[in-house]
Amino acid sequence: MPNEWITQQGEVVTLGGEWTLRHYTELKHVLKRREELGSALLSLPGFEALDTAGAALIVELLGIDKTKQAANDLPHAQQMLLIRIAEAMEAPVESTRTHSHRITDALASVGRQMVAMTVQQRQLLAFIGLVLATFASLLFRPRHWRMTATVAHVQQSGLNAVPIVALLTFMVGAVVAFLGATVLEDFGATVYTIDLVAFSFLREFGVLLAAILLAGRTASAFTAQLGAMKSNEEIDALKTLGLDPIELLVLPRVMALLISLPLLAFVGMLSGLLGGAVVASLSLDISTSQFMATLQKDVSVTHFLVGLSKAPVFAFVIAVIGCLQGFNVSGSAQSVGAHTTSSVVQAIFMVILIDALAALFFMEMGW
Amino acid sequence: MNDRSSPTSQKCQSKEAVICVQGLVNRFGDNVVHEGVDLTLYRREILGVVGGSGTGKSVLLRSIVGLKHPNDGTVEVLGQRLNALSGSQRSQIERRFGVLFQRGALFSSLNLQENVALPLIEHAGLPREEAEYLARIKLSLVGLAPQAARQFPASLSGGMIKRAALARALALDPDILFLDEPTAGLDPIGAAAFDQLLVTLRDALGFSVFLVTHDLDTLYAACDRVAVLSQKRVLVADTLERVAETDDEWVQDYFNGPRGRAAQRAADTPSSKE
Repeated sequence: MPNEWITQQGEVVTLGGEWTLRHYTELKHVLKRREELGSALLSLPGFEALDTAGAALIVELLGIDKTKQAANDLPHAQQMLLIRIAEAMEAPVESTRTHSHRITDALASVGRQMVAMTVQQRQLLAFIGLVLATFASLLFRPRHWRMTATVAHVQQSGLNAVPIVALLTFMVGAVVAFLGATVLEDFGATVYTIDLVAFSFLREFGVLLAAILLAGRTASAFTAQLGAMKSNEEIDALKTLGLDPIELLVLPRVMALLISLPLLAFVGMLSGLLGGAVVASLSLDISTSQFMATLQKDVSVTHFLVGLSKAPVFAFVIAVIGCLQGFNVSGSAQSVGAHTTSSVVQAIFMVILIDALAALFFMEMGW
Repeated sequence: MNDRSSPTSQKCQSKEAVICVQGLVNRFGDNVVHEGVDLTLYRREILGVVGGSGTGKSVLLRSIVGLKHPNDGTVEVLGQRLNALSGSQRSQIERRFGVLFQRGALFSSLNLQENVALPLIEHAGLPREEAEYLARIKLSLVGLAPQAARQFPASLSGGMIKRAALARALALDPDILFLDEPTAGLDPIGAAAFDQLLVTLRDALGFSVFLVTHDLDTLYAACDRVAVLSQKRVLVADTLERVAETDDEWVQDYFNGPRGRAAQRAADTPSSKE
């Protein structure tokens, strides 16, 4: 098939036409069919158009040395380009790609993930230690307390989260009241719906829902903030200025959550009870005054304290995981995403795990 | 200054103009960066754009490639107004650009050869293997070792990132190359090689280059014309010799300061240009 790129007349092979990226696929196709150029005499009178892709094809076809010889007849500009490309291709351009899809790889990957998990847990423990040590060393040096940063974080993670926490717990409170009413009605014990809502919200749901929301809302924010700083070398800059990133960045965040979460948990409890009370008065014929009276009579303050005692623990875990994941970010945008996901998942997992263990503990203690 | 005295509308109609900026105004709030910038980039020329820090060199570049919508004035690129085009037409024009950003702007989740291969796959429609092969040639062309092709941007030095970003800007053999301080952060040897590579590629591929720089050596070694941004407009755009003679304090300090004189001496010794 005749084409504009390679023409042969007797012994002389002429290259010409447009050797450009636009024709790359066709050119490749043509070249594949005539690999033998052998000892034919080459003639390169000049190309209509030549770009780096075309030049690479010519070097591929002729080899590096022959290209440099043949380029002599070309116009200066095209000659220079061919020579530059030929020089660029002198270094081995082919790369070694290791392909392997064996079962051993799958096993190795499982192993790697297990190791990574243990490393992660150890790292978390180490980081907790570091934060506590820094905290202890600053405890009696109020000059190093970063009040402005702490207050700013309290606003962002605490105050700004009040509406969503209140709304969510209100709705869950209503749902629990409905659920209780449905089951207890069979026993004629609808009135115990009050106890159900009160117990569940004071002991568990108030603090748990607030903590889960905070894990999703704030742990991710901490990771993204610190991760962006890390990839921008801001954290390295702090270190070289002789400042402690734990003191400047982590402690204010931990402190802020230690203040915010108990308050949010309290908001959650109240709002959950309110949801229960609204459902009780509207559809169960339990008046609000009866609701309040039963609350006072049946539910001791211990339950409230049990629930609230978990809040600082959750807050600490969420803040520490968010910050640690932020510090682990390495450079790329993908890494920021991966660590943000990981921080939310880990924080929620740890919150629920600790809650389960705490429930067991409190039950054994009879509190 | 004869360049500015001719009416600008004529310049835009001439076939040789690939970029034509007229009366460009850019503001950020109350901060006026450009107030009536006129600038033309001709086919096959390398235009150096200089100016003190904060005179809006990068903003000008961003206005031309369409990343910033100018507050007033027109920008014509390859005979078209980018902002007046539909999305697909605009993409057609944009793939004829190659842009090297100041900090490289390599995609951090892709390794170097994937970075360079991306436009080849998306716009030239090459199969992945072919695109990555060509990408490795381009990386080698800008002076990166073959092992670097599989590395990720996060693990590279600043100079290597600059080179890889140039390789990506060159991926589609563009008609216009925009370079934002390409030699900043390169060692002098690498910077000189960069200047030479730029001239070679321009001669061979015939593209035009819009080069924002502080590097006096690059101006002397590579640029055909130099535009000086000052006092919110283009003070002068002409050959280096004429620009250096301009009666302006900043221009005199720039070209006749110690660094300017050193660069001039280096350029006067033969072999640095062609």
